[in-house]
Amino acid sequence: MAKNNNVCGGLYTSKVMETFKNPHNFGKIKNPDGTGKVGNIVCGDVMHLYIKVGRNKKNQDIIKDVRFETFGCVAAISTSSIITDMAKGKTINRALKITKDNVIKSLGGLPKIKYHCSVLAVDALTEAIFDYLTKNKMPISEEFKKRHEIIKKSEEIINERYKKWEN
Amino acid sequence: MKKIYLDYAATTPVDKRVQKAMMPYFGSLPASRQEKFGNTMSLHSFGQEAKLALENSRAVLADLINAKPNEIIFTSSATESNNTALKGIAFASARRSPALLAGRLGEGGHIIISPIEHPCIMESSKWLKSNGFEITKIPVDKYGMVNPEDVRKAITDKTILVSVIHASNEIGTIEPIEEIGKICREEKIYFHTDASQSFGKIPIDVKKMNIDLLTASSHKIYGPKGAGLLYIREGIKLAPLLHGGGQENGLRSSTSNVSAIVGFAKAAEICQKEMRKPDKSRRHFDGSSTILPKTNLGGEQKRQEKLRDYLIKNLLKIKGSYLNGPPPARQSHSAQRLANNVNARFDFIEGEALIIQLDMRGIACSTGSACSSASLEPSHVLLAIGLRPEQAHGSLRISLGRQTTKKDIDYLLKVLPKIIKQLRDISPYGKK
Repeated sequence: MAKNNNVCGGLYTSKVMETFKNPHNFGKIKNPDGTGKVGNIVCGDVMHLYIKVGRNKKNQDIIKDVRFETFGCVAAISTSSIITDMAKGKTINRALKITKDNVIKSLGGLPKIKYHCSVLAVDALTEAIFDYLTKNKMPISEEFKKRHEIIKKSEEIINERYKKWEN
Repeated sequence: MKKIYLDYAATTPVDKRVQKAMMPYFGSLPASRQEKFGNTMSLHSFGQEAKLALENSRAVLADLINAKPNEIIFTSSATESNNTALKGIAFASARRSPALLAGRLGEGGHIIISPIEHPCIMESSKWLKSNGFEITKIPVDKYGMVNPEDVRKAITDKTILVSVIHASNEIGTIEPIEEIGKICREEKIYFHTDASQSFGKIPIDVKKMNIDLLTASSHKIYGPKGAGLLYIREGIKLAPLLHGGGQENGLRSSTSNVSAIVGFAKAAEICQKEMRKPDKSRRHFDGSSTILPKTNLGGEQKRQEKLRDYLIKNLLKIKGSYLNGPPPARQSHSAQRLANNVNARFDFIEGEALIIQLDMRGIACSTGSACSSASLEPSHVLLAIGLRPEQAHGSLRISLGRQTTKKDIDYLLKVLPKIIKQLRDISPYGKK
């Protein structure tokens, strides 16, 4: 793991800070092909991730565009931004293989207590892809369905909690 | 980049005059002035010079709260003072109880605290609870105010101590200490208050305010870190946490941190003078200041209070912003607020992201957000005043100090709305 070599009392790496300062790909996508909405019931962070799917030369589904909206801390915003960078242009299958460790590594490390933010980012991307596959009636493995159910549960609790804000 | 420090409730810089007063006690000055670094327990002149300084400091600090020097013990911090007060009283009372003889340590001991205490009181209470003591947390209202009558109601025949913070470190609420103390006196229960945030800002008279034990800290009042005090009213028996050479009347063994204590006393003295100075006087850390005749009480505090209310007024112009804690002054409300404390929250904003954004623009503040805590739990104080976790999530504490100017506040007010807009742009909420 890269050492924490920056500001913030050494809490975050310079890569995290840089990403937080200038996040990539934030905002909505009009008529997205897939949307992933996730939340962490412990810390209260929420991530929405939108994808647009296209085809590559081999006629495989690829993530053509990806954007995020995040309510949360520095780590949540940084992991959101980095996962959009990582997913963009990848085939759906490759994108699904991105792990929390990949995210943490791309940011040069995260404080242990913020690891859950990288999980949230991976979950958001996974959910967006799940949404795309479902909408297009494409095959989904049992394992993937189970994972979706678990993520969905947290999201529902968070959604209920934040309803007051939206009204 | 200009740096603006607005986190004086966390800690303060050491005043130049305090630094100067401390220097001889390090023994690193030219030979002729080196004699003051000794151990206060030593019989030779080096030790006695240090001892003299220690006792002078004790006398100065005792005088500031209308106590006797022998009623003050020095500690390393407010955390240690608070631990000593709670555990010291608890253990001393257990020692007298037959339950101890039967091996049941905490049986029969009941302690009352507020739900907005500093973590060192909360955690000490939790620890005492795990050792058999009973803890009651009395409620506070939406401004964080304790109702003294709730203290009376919570007292049982097993109560040994009531501990209520003098002024909240998070939301600035000033508690009705005198009334709570009066009730405790009537009920013959010891009363402790953590005055870490109020000492040096609000005049304290332990006799008039019916205080039995009081905690104060050096680094909150432009003194060095590493010095705190505990006032223990004469006659009160306390069990020490640290056993050893018997310093501080046997209540706190450890070689005395003389330089820090000398700095503490000097810092307190300066605060005391400042409380009496007129509004216009300004102290600077280079030691320069305009000494004006003693007129109205609370000169520097009045200045900060004006700045605070100016900040609150303008802060609340930001859409979706709310004040946490008591309302500004002169709104004819019983809940009083520390002159240097502002605590606000913003819809759809997470505190840690806000703090870091402010820091990138040179402004230092603090938050009660879950994301900034080691436990991922939002501030217990904000939850105690009835905020939901997501509301506590977006809280910002701005604490002013001697060096804070209107220009600083104006800069903050210029930068803050932009940051909030930026974060709301990234957020899935709050765009309607």
